[in-house]
Amino acid sequence: MTTKKPTSPAKKPTSPAPMDRELVAYAPAAEPAEARRPVVKKITIPHVSRIEGHARITIKLDDAGQVIDTQFHVTQIRGFEKFVEGRPYYEMPSITARICGICPISHLLASSKACDAIMAVRIPDSAAKLRELVHCAQFVQSHALSFFHLSAPDLLLGMDFDPARRNVAGLLEEHPDALRDGIALRKFGQQVIERLAKERIHPSWIVPGGVNAPFDPEAREKTLAEWPAAMAIVKRTLALWKKTLDGFPDEIATFSNFPTMYCGLVGPDGSLRLYDGNLRFIGPDGSIVADQVKPGDYANYIGEATLADSYLKAPYYKPVGYPEGIYRVGPLARLNVADRCGTPDADKELEEYRQRLGRIVQSGFHYHYARLIEATYALERMKELLDDPAILGTKARAHAGVNNLEGTGIIEAPRGTLIHHYKVDDNGAMTWANLIVATGHNNLAIGRGVLQVAKRFVDGNKIQEGALNRVSALVRAYDPCLSCSTHALGTVPLLLQLQGPDGQLLDEVRSE
Amino acid sequence: MTEKVKVRIDGQVIAATPGQTILQAARDNDKYIPALCYMEGLSAVGACRLCMVEVSGVARLLPACTTPVQEGLAVNTSSPQLQSYRKIALELLFAERNHVCAVCVSSGHCELQTLAQEHGVTYVRYPYNFPKLEVDTTHPKFVLDHNRCILCSRCVRTCAEIEGAHVWDVAGRGIQSRLVSELKRPWGEATSCTSCGKCVQACPTGAMAEKGFGVEEMTKKPAVVGRLTSMRGGR
Repeated sequence: MTTKKPTSPAKKPTSPAPMDRELVAYAPAAEPAEARRPVVKKITIPHVSRIEGHARITIKLDDAGQVIDTQFHVTQIRGFEKFVEGRPYYEMPSITARICGICPISHLLASSKACDAIMAVRIPDSAAKLRELVHCAQFVQSHALSFFHLSAPDLLLGMDFDPARRNVAGLLEEHPDALRDGIALRKFGQQVIERLAKERIHPSWIVPGGVNAPFDPEAREKTLAEWPAAMAIVKRTLALWKKTLDGFPDEIATFSNFPTMYCGLVGPDGSLRLYDGNLRFIGPDGSIVADQVKPGDYANYIGEATLADSYLKAPYYKPVGYPEGIYRVGPLARLNVADRCGTPDADKELEEYRQRLGRIVQSGFHYHYARLIEATYALERMKELLDDPAILGTKARAHAGVNNLEGTGIIEAPRGTLIHHYKVDDNGAMTWANLIVATGHNNLAIGRGVLQVAKRFVDGNKIQEGALNRVSALVRAYDPCLSCSTHALGTVPLLLQLQGPDGQLLDEVRSE
Repeated sequence: MTEKVKVRIDGQVIAATPGQTILQAARDNDKYIPALCYMEGLSAVGACRLCMVEVSGVARLLPACTTPVQEGLAVNTSSPQLQSYRKIALELLFAERNHVCAVCVSSGHCELQTLAQEHGVTYVRYPYNFPKLEVDTTHPKFVLDHNRCILCSRCVRTCAEIEGAHVWDVAGRGIQSRLVSELKRPWGEATSCTSCGKCVQACPTGAMAEKGFGVEEMTKKPAVVGRLTSMRGGR
C-alpha cells in the first residue's frame, strides 16, 4: 500500500499541504528544506492527554499558516539504565517493573527472561505457561484500557466532540454499554493477574527462574467461569468497531499512513507470539528481511539514535541505517509480521482484517482494530493455557546463580517489542543495562505521523481544537507508554498557543 | 529465689528481676516498647533511640534497653512526646539512606517498615540525604546493601557474641559510619566469615539478605539468635 494524499479538503478551507516530505524520516540533524524557510509561527501542545506519560508536540507554521514541520518530544527522563548499576541482577524485575504501572507485567517478564539467561536456566514448563497466562491477562486489561478508556472518547464520540465531555464521563452518557464493557474487560484481566500474582500492580510473583508460587486450582476454576463473558465483550466490541471504522476515512488516510518496516516476535512456524519467540523484521512491502533472530542477537539488527530534542531514543533497523531504517512495533506491526495468529477466532478475524485492509496494513489508525484482534487472541490463548493440566504443576521455579555474564529477554508487551539486556559481574552485580521499550521503537514513526496528520488537519490561521485533538489522537493510536502514569480521564489541562515571531500570543485554545 | 524489685511501668506495678533492663522487664510483662537495635540474646547498645522512656525524677529521656531496673522506679513508655520523638527517630533513619520499600527484598517483613507503619510515618519531614552507597555482592551466599543499613549493629554483635567470628564492625564517624567486614575487606574475601548466615537473620531490614531472593521474598528468623543464647545458658 502506498501513501495516500488526502482527497477531501472539505474540512479544511485551504488546500492540503504538500506531502512530499512524508517519506523523509524525521531527522533533526539534517533539517529539511522547508524548515530553513523563516518560521513565523509555532503551535505547542504542551501536554498530550490520555496517553501514558508526558509528551509535548511542536507544530511549526510558515507565513501562510501552513504546517511545515512538527516535533514530538518526550519530556521526561527516567534513568533506569544508569541507576540500576551495582544492584544484584535478581532485583531487576522488581526495579524495572516500576517503569510502568499499566504494564508492569511486561517489564517483570522481559526482565525475568534476561535473568533466566544470566542464570542459564530453562524454567519449568508450568512456570513458562503461568508466565504466558499472566501476560495474556495483561494484554486483555491493557488493550481494554487503551481502546475504551483512552481512545474511545475520540473514536465513539468523535474527534470534534465537545472537549469538556470527550472523556469517559461523556462516554457514560452517550455509550454506556460500551463503557461498561470496557470496564468489565479490564477488570477481568486485572483480576486474573491478581489471582495469579497476588497483586494487580507490581506483584513480586514473577521471579528469575520462573514464578514464586504455583497456580491455585480454585483460581483456575474462577477464571474459567469468567472467561466466556470477557470473550463476549471482545466479540461485541469488534463488531461495533467494524461498523464504526468507515466513519474515519481522513484519519485512516493520514494517521501515520506510510510504509515502514515492521518488527515483532514470531514462533518457529511464523505465528503470532507474545511471550516467547524470535524476532522477525519485514520490509514495507511485507517481504521478510530477517527471520528467527534470537533475542541475544537483537543488537545486530537494532541500532539506537539519540535525538536532539527528546529524551526518547530512536531505534532503527541497523542494516538499513538511520533514519531510513524506520520500523514500527505493536499490534499493527505484529499482525503485519505474523503469518497467522494460531487460535481459531483470532485467525478468522485476522483474515477479515486482511481482506478489508490488505496483507500489510500501513495506517497507524488501524492499531485500534489490530488491538481488538489481539485481545481475541490473548483470550483464546488464555483458555488453551487454562485447559492445559500442566499449568497446575507444582514445580514453578528454577534456582541458579550467575552462569552467564550477559542476558537478554524479549517479549511482546501490549505496545510492542520489549527488550531487556543486562550485563553483570562475576558476583551478579549489574554493570550495564539497555532497555528498549515499545514506544522507543515507534518514536520515528510517531514523529513522522504527527507531521502527516498536522499537515492534513491543522490550519495555522485558525486553530481548531478538533484538529489539534487529531494530532494527539495519532499519538494515542500508538498507545505510547511514555512513563508509569495513567491519565485515564481527558482532564489533563491542554494549552495550545499560536505565537508570532516575537513570541506574541496570536491565538490560544485551552481545555480545563 | 532471687528477690524481685518493684517497678511501675505505665502505672502498673510489676515485679522485675534485679539486673534486668526496663525493656526486658516490660517485655516480660507484655508491655510493648519499640526497639530496633535491641535483640534478645545480644548485649544492648542503645543505638537506635526508639526505646526511649520517661523515668520519673530524671530530667532526660533514658533508653529502656540499657537502663537497669531499680526498686521504686516509675516509667512512662508512651507519652505523646515520646511518640513524637520516636517518629522523628524513624524519619531520620529513612532520610539518612536510600530505603525504597517498593523494591526491597524485605518489604512486608521489615522491622523498620513495621515500626514506621505503627508510628504513622506517612511521609518524611526532612530532606532525604540520597547518599551514593555500595552493594557488596562479593559473598557467594549473601549480599550486603548499605542503602538499607540503619547501623543498628545487630549483625556486629551476633557475629562477635554468638558465632565468635567478629567479622563485622562499624567504621567511620557520624554520617560517614559504615558497616565493614574484616577491616574493610569485601565480605566475599573475609577469611574469618564462616558463612553461617546468623548476621543475615539478625538484620532488621533488607540490608543483609540471602542471594537470589526477589522483592518481598526475604523472611528472616531473628528469634534464632535468642534461642542460641538461651540454649547456651545465657553465655
